[in-house]
Amino acid sequence: MAIFSVYVVNKAGGLIYQLDHYAPRADTEKTFSYPLDLVLRLHDERVVVAFGQRDGIRVGHAVLAINGAEVNGRFTADGKDVLEFLANPANYPVSIRFGRHRLSSNEKLMLASMFHSLFAIGSQLSPEAGSSGIEMLETDTFKLHCFQTLTGIKFMVLADPRQAGIDSLLRKIYEIYSDFALKNPFYSLEMPIRCELFDQNLKLALEVAEKAGPFGPGS
Amino acid sequence: MSRQAGRGTESKKMNSELFTLTYGALVTQLCKDYENDEDVNKQLDKMGYNIGVRLIEDFLARSNVGRCHDFRETADVIAKIAFKMYLGITPSITNWSPGGDEFSLILENNPLVDFVELPDNHSSLIYSNLLCGVLRGALEMVQMAVDVKFLQDTLKGDSVTEIRMKFLRRIEDNLPAGEE
Repeated sequence: MAIFSVYVVNKAGGLIYQLDHYAPRADTEKTFSYPLDLVLRLHDERVVVAFGQRDGIRVGHAVLAINGAEVNGRFTADGKDVLEFLANPANYPVSIRFGRHRLSSNEKLMLASMFHSLFAIGSQLSPEAGSSGIEMLETDTFKLHCFQTLTGIKFMVLADPRQAGIDSLLRKIYEIYSDFALKNPFYSLEMPIRCELFDQNLKLALEVAEKAGPFGPGS
Repeated sequence: MSRQAGRGTESKKMNSELFTLTYGALVTQLCKDYENDEDVNKQLDKMGYNIGVRLIEDFLARSNVGRCHDFRETADVIAKIAFKMYLGITPSITNWSPGGDEFSLILENNPLVDFVELPDNHSSLIYSNLLCGVLRGALEMVQMAVDVKFLQDTLKGDSVTEIRMKFLRRIEDNLPAGEE
């Protein structure tokens, strides 16, 4: 049972807090000799596996590091183009780390704003008057739960589909926000939350919710 | 400083005299800084506003009240839940205007003014003006523009403290989704 991430979006739709809580993904690092038996291509400024699958490396995985040094988009750490580097037999044997690409903070900002707009669509599409916005988004690997306060702040939690007790977790996160973010006089409203205490207490609350497992927290 | 889930009546006890002293120190320092009662009143209102915009989230998180559908419901929630939660008193609601958009809160005792006497040279000082700002700020965050002022004040010789609240308009910009 796991809670994957928490997002807090302000009234205007801007992301003011984000926490990733899941265990680090299993990245695969392997040594390869020329020629590479995976087909790589450029996608969205990243080098991804287009075809080929072995040892935990799947289609869609991105090149995360070469010879231990993290790549910078399509360029290696020292500025060479990754695809050119890997096409040159002189650079082999080479150790490449593959893994699923993690969202950058800009991407998270964009996705949060997009969700903010979608949330409104939920209430507009409704056949009944006065409907709330989107409360839950379900996929086969996670459920996104969203709670909007009367003041317009949204708290979103991405969790395992079997995880229960998310509603009370969302209320608890609201309390933690009203305590450790709002009662900090140096925190300005609607701005990104950079409060240590908020982080710590949020992580504690997530752990409590996870331990309770699929039956929800005991009261 | 961890909180138990469901605080309820088990709130952290703090000496209310410390609160009275703190508020008093605040007002007297403002009087020294600004010299002019009107400015002090304005500052107290501003400070109250900043408190109100934060306090509303704490109130909503703990009390779990839903959105109020009219001003009467709002008045009830303010008097019976909010004042009780934060100041430990329950003012009574009276003097509704015929249009239902104005009412008075009557406070028998005001914890901010325990032991306080207003001197003659501060006759136009509204000592508890912070409360007006708090109410204004809190309601603004739930899309209600209100005007709040003191009509009677025990510090000025009246028998009770009366706060008059008037509903001005609904704040339509930046409405959260689903409230139309």
